[in-house]
Order: sequence, then structure tokens, then C-alpha cells
Amino acid sequence: MMIPFRALVRKDVQLFFVDRRALLMSFAIPIAIGSFFGYVLGGAGDQANQSKIPVLMVDQDRSAISQEIVKQLSGEKALDVKTSTPSEARAAVRKGTATVAVIIPPNFGQAAGAAFFGPEQKPEIAVLFDPSHAAERSMVTGILTGDVMQAVSKEMFTGQTGREMVKDSLAQVEQSQGLAAEDKKTLEDLLRSVDRWNQQSGQSASGGLSSGLSRGLTMPYTTHEEAVTARRNVQYNGYAHAFAGMVVQFVLFLGIDVGIGLLQQRQRGLWKRFRAAPLSRGLLLGSRAVSAAILAFLVVQVNFLFARLVFGVRVEGSMAGFLGVSAAFAVMTAGFGMLVATIGKTPEATRGLSIFATLIVVMLGGAWIPMFLFPQWLQKLTVIVPTRWAMDGLEAMTWRGLGLEAAVAPIAVLLLFAAVFGGLAVARFRWEAEG
Amino acid sequence: MLEVDALKKSYGALVAVNGVSLHAAAGETIGLLGPNGAGKTTTVSMIAGLVRPDSGSVRIEGRTLAGDTDPNKRRIGLVPQDLALFDELTAQANLELFAALYDLDGAAAKRAIGEALELVGLADRTNDRVKNYSGGMKRRLNLAAALLHDPQILLLDEPTVGVDPQSRNAIFDNLEVLKQRGKTLVYTTHYMEEAERLCDRVIIIDHGKVVADDTLQGLYRLLPVTNLLAVELDDTRDGDGNDGLRLNELQALPGVRSAKLEAGTLRVGVEDLATETPRILQWLVERGHLYHHVASERADLETVFLTLTGRSLRDA
Ligand SMILES: Nc1ncnc2c1ncn2[C@@H]1O[C@H](COP(=O)(O)OP(=O)(O)O)[C@@H](O)[C@H]1O
Ligand SMILES: [Mg+2]
Repeated sequence: MMIPFRALVRKDVQLFFVDRRALLMSFAIPIAIGSFFGYVLGGAGDQANQSKIPVLMVDQDRSAISQEIVKQLSGEKALDVKTSTPSEARAAVRKGTATVAVIIPPNFGQAAGAAFFGPEQKPEIAVLFDPSHAAERSMVTGILTGDVMQAVSKEMFTGQTGREMVKDSLAQVEQSQGLAAEDKKTLEDLLRSVDRWNQQSGQSASGGLSSGLSRGLTMPYTTHEEAVTARRNVQYNGYAHAFAGMVVQFVLFLGIDVGIGLLQQRQRGLWKRFRAAPLSRGLLLGSRAVSAAILAFLVVQVNFLFARLVFGVRVEGSMAGFLGVSAAFAVMTAGFGMLVATIGKTPEATRGLSIFATLIVVMLGGAWIPMFLFPQWLQKLTVIVPTRWAMDGLEAMTWRGLGLEAAVAPIAVLLLFAAVFGGLAVARFRWEAEG
Repeated sequence: MLEVDALKKSYGALVAVNGVSLHAAAGETIGLLGPNGAGKTTTVSMIAGLVRPDSGSVRIEGRTLAGDTDPNKRRIGLVPQDLALFDELTAQANLELFAALYDLDGAAAKRAIGEALELVGLADRTNDRVKNYSGGMKRRLNLAAALLHDPQILLLDEPTVGVDPQSRNAIFDNLEVLKQRGKTLVYTTHYMEEAERLCDRVIIIDHGKVVADDTLQGLYRLLPVTNLLAVELDDTRDGDGNDGLRLNELQALPGVRSAKLEAGTLRVGVEDLATETPRILQWLVERGHLYHHVASERADLETVFLTLTGRSLRDA
């Protein structure tokens, strides 16, 4: 029994290695696409190198406040700030060469100061943004809020214009009719205190008052950002995700080829020759499933080896887990290949159908776009596709650096899918071709 | 050795095989002759256990095959109609695989492969990829692949389709050697001359039905005539130059069964060549028909098929 089984498996492996198309589809193409995707998805996680958001600043005000805002923004790590003119800025955003443009209108400083304490109309800062980068817009406006607050408050508490504005505001509040007596009193007290503060800090300019209000109002916190993976100094690696995705996709294509190959053999005399021998059907299908699993496993390993050597993608987690997930995925692929052989009447029809189905599950499994970008409901729903588990398992064992226990669920689910696919395939497989 | 009784197989409304029986003793060669679509391949597939018959039975050495793994399957060697070879692999790799299907490996496989390749004359090309073989060589390898486990019964499904005459002769020589070794051959073909050359017994099938089953001599007896006199005429007009050859007059002669004129050759079917030949030639001379070549021909299986079905084998 072992002699025919081994010979049949060996034959499939031999045929794979003499098939140029199969080699291209299993190695060259996934490596090429994986490299590209990996690069686009942020490469090997060198955070310092992360691209900055290009921002154009237009300062039409040129006041102390607006200049302070430009200075603050330019100092932000995440932004690449250049100054510009309104028309140039608008054109640049439209073309996509700048993601966001910030326009500070004339008289902004004056108006902002007045609005700081008083009930004056608030001035507007125009933010022009590229609609394909909505996320960056939010980030820039967030940063801008902090910076403007700081610049305006600093001026109000310590600057030359600030002193005058506080006095103006005080005068306005005193004359105001609309305010309730109590509020009026509070505001007057506040502004007098600020005025007093201004006088003092003006006299002792060198008096070491570099803290407190002299810096303006700043956010009462700073952030310490750290990419969280299981171990320290393990970093997100775009290549790990991209290679996992492409490996999943092209290994499934290999599975399709296995199924189609069975159909073609059934049409031709080879199948007759196999069936004329005293061999069970289980052995004939089983040998093909085993060879498919061996090849699929090999393809996973070779692709990740390449990713490791060239892009430094490491199995940061459990190596046993990684091999286990690869093997379970390979077995699932074999079951899938067998199932492919039972759908469609002709090899051609079957190929079209199964490529379509594969692309859908590959997409839903997060092989193209990382799962974390999916909406929550979709993330929950995709547990029904086996590719999701393969992706999760491979990513957990590579860049996430998780331990063997994180591989158990993906392995179990993939093996379950393999059993279901294989069982369906055996039940549905037609042994004689239809003429 | 091989007893096949009343096999029947339908695909939907189409009755592909409709009551085919055949009995082959050891060393006997049975021809299954019929046009394309007659049901030859389906019959062979049922004998080999690949297709389950709707009814009827196949017995090998008195036993029916019990399932896919019946060791009795080893007694059968199948040469499929399609080339059943892996083009991308070498001849050696192909044969190693096919030997392994019958549990042969190591020295036993090596010996079997050597012998089979020797028989079909491919011993010097074993390490070539099959795709680099000529059509005739592929056919010979297709035959060799069925011989590795030394089966007693060979099922040959049109083993010479699409090969040049030289390769066909080579295959025939191989088959004759196998015959001499006492193998039982079931040979399907739609070439009547192949059946004539090789077979002890010929079963003619058409639309899944047996229309004749006999030895060659027996089949010839089915013919109205077995002897033909072929006369190539210079000119089909008579001596006066204005009248054609009168076939009906010729047919009226005693001992003449048929007369046909085709492309300047007159074919006359006669009961007894020795007595009728001089009379026919004299009849021609008397009417001024000159001829330049005279030959006698035997009616062949093509004629038998034509007689039985009213159609020719090739355009059936
Ligand atoms: N698997 C099949 N499904 C449907 N029809 C078939 C099948 N195999 C054969 N047939 C039909 O049965 C008839 C006999 O086919 P076959 O045995 O291949 O004839 P032959 O070998 O004499 O050319 C043909 O009409 C063919 O189309
Ligand atoms: Mg046929």
C-alpha cells in the first residue's frame, strides 16, 4: 500500500517542480506582490522613518500670534510644514502634493485675542484638505487646536498686544449691558488679575518667570507612544502582513490547481490507468491531498524564508506555532483543492468559479487590507472564513510575537475547515467523467 | 480466461453498450471492431472495472471483480485510448510510477521497466521527457506502461490511433510477440485491416450492439462474395466508341454475383475465380474493352461491415 501511495505523492511533487507556471504562481508572484505591499504598508516598522504629513501654512496675518502658531506647528514631529500663498496652497492640495493647507486670515491675532475673554465673534482658520486623506485632516486639526490655544494664551498673558487687549476687554466688559451683574463682576475680576499679572511679569522679565502662564496655556499632558506587541522592541512589520496575505492567496490558488488537475486527469487516460490498478479511491484522492498539503506547506515556508532574508520578517512568536499554523493552513488548502474538484462540470468552468470564490475569501480574510481597518461588524463576521484564521495565526506568530497558545485556535479552526472540505469533497466527487 | 456477458451501459437516454458479450481463451486475440462512438471504450472500461455496468457480468478466471482493490485487477493491463502519460516527466519516471501502482519498486520495478522498454524498442530513450517523444514513441510507451506488472490479459483501446505506418508496424510486431507469449488480447479498433492482421476472432459492434461475432473465416462467409476480379480498363466505351460498358449484361453471366465500375476499374464478384476469370475477360474482349491490368482481390472486413450495417466504418 505504501509503494503506490509514495509514488503518487512523489509524482505530484515532481510535476510541481517542472511546471514553470506553478513555480511562478507560488514563488515569484507572491514574493513580488508581497514586497510591494509590504513596502507600501509601512515597510519594516522603522517608526522614525514614518512619512510626515505635508502641510502648507499661509499666514496672512503676520501678527505675533499667527507667527507663534506657525512656529509651534513647524515644531511638530508628525508634520512637514512649509509656508505658501493661498492660491498655491489650494492648488497643491487639489493636486495632492500637500495633504492639508492651513490659512490664517488677516487680523486673526486681534480677533482671536478679543474672542479669548470676550464675547466677540470668533475668527476662522481655513483648513483645506485632500478628501482622500480625511484621517490626516483630523490629525492636523487636532494638533492645530493645541498650538493655537497655546499661542493665543501666551500672547494674552505675557505679550505686548496681550496687555492692550486685556485692557480693551476690560473696558468692553465694564460697558457691557447684556451681562448679568454677577458674571460681569467675575469677568472684571479676572481681567484685572490678568492685567496685574502682565504688569508684574513685564517688570521682572528676567525674573525667572519662564514657567506658568508665560508659556501660554498648553495641553496639560504629553503623550508617550509605543507600538504594542508581545515583547519589547518587536515592531510592526508591513512585510510580515503583506507576505502572510500573499502566501494565503497564492497557496489557495495552488489548491485550485490541484482540484483542476484532478478534473483534467479524470478526463484523460491517466485516471483510467490509476483506476485500473488495484488501488482504493481513498488512496487515489488521499495521495493527491497529501501532496497538495506538502507543496502548500513548502510554498509558505519558502515565501517566509525570502521575507526573512530580504526584509527581516521574523517569527517573533512561537516557531512551533508558526509551523503549526502553516501546516494546518496547508492541510486546509488540500481539502479546499479536493472540494474544487467537485464543483463545476468542466475544468474551465470550475476554474472561473473557484478563483472568484478564493478572491472573496482572501479579501475578507484580511489578506489584502489588514483586518484592523475593517469595520467592527465585518471583523466579527469574518470568523467564518478560513483565510481569516490563517492570517491571524501567521500574523500572531510573526510580527505580533505571540506564543504558542495564540496559535491553537487558528490551527484548530483551520483543521476543522479541512475536515469539512475534505468530507464534502469525498462525498461529492464523481469518479467517472461525464461525456 | 475472460468471460464477458451481456454488458449494458446507458448514459442518460443514450445506450452506449447494449448487450456485448465476449469470451477469450488464453493466448487468444479478440478484436472489437466498430466506428467511433460504437461503444468500444465503454466496453473496455467495464471489463477493466472502471465503469460499473448497468447489467451483465465480467469474469476473470471465473471470478468477478470485487471492488477497487481486488487483486485480480493485476491480471489486467489496460492501454487507454488517450495517451496516459505525464508529458513533463521522463519515460523512466512515468514507468516507475506505473510500476509502483502495482507495488513494484526497487529491483523488481527496474527489471520490469527494462523488459517493457526492450519490447517496445525504447530502451535507449528512457531519460527523455515524454513531451520530446514522437507520436509513435508515445504510443509505444503507452503500451509499455501497461505491461510492467506482467498481466495475463491486455485490453488495448485503439493503441495505434494517429501514428505513422512505421510505428504502427512496430506496435503490431510488439503485439505479436505478446501473443506468442500466450497473452490474451482484447483489441479495439476502427481499422479493419488491423483486426484482420491480428485477431483470431472479431466482434463487430455498432451503436453498442454486436452485429457480428465470428472468426475471420466465419465473417467472410457472411459476405455474398469473397472473391473479386479487378480489371483496370483502358477505356470504358465499347469498340464502336459510342456505348458504355453494360454492367447488367455482365452481371447476368452465370457465376457472376456483382459488377461495379469505379474510376476505370471494374470489380466483379465471382463465385469461383478459376472458372469465371477467363469467361469475363473474353466477354470484355468480345465487346472491344481493352484492359491493361488484371488482379484478384479478397473482400475485407470493411465490406463485411458495409454489408452488415449498410455504412462504411470510417464515415459511420
Ligand atoms: N462518460 C460518458 N458520459 C456520457 N456519454 C458517454 C460517456 N462515455 C461514452 N459516452 C457515449 O457513449 C457512446 C460510446 O462511446 P465510446 O465507448 O467511447 O465509443 P468508442 O470507443 O467505440 O468510440 C458515445 O456516443 C459516447 O458519446
Ligand atoms: Mg473509444
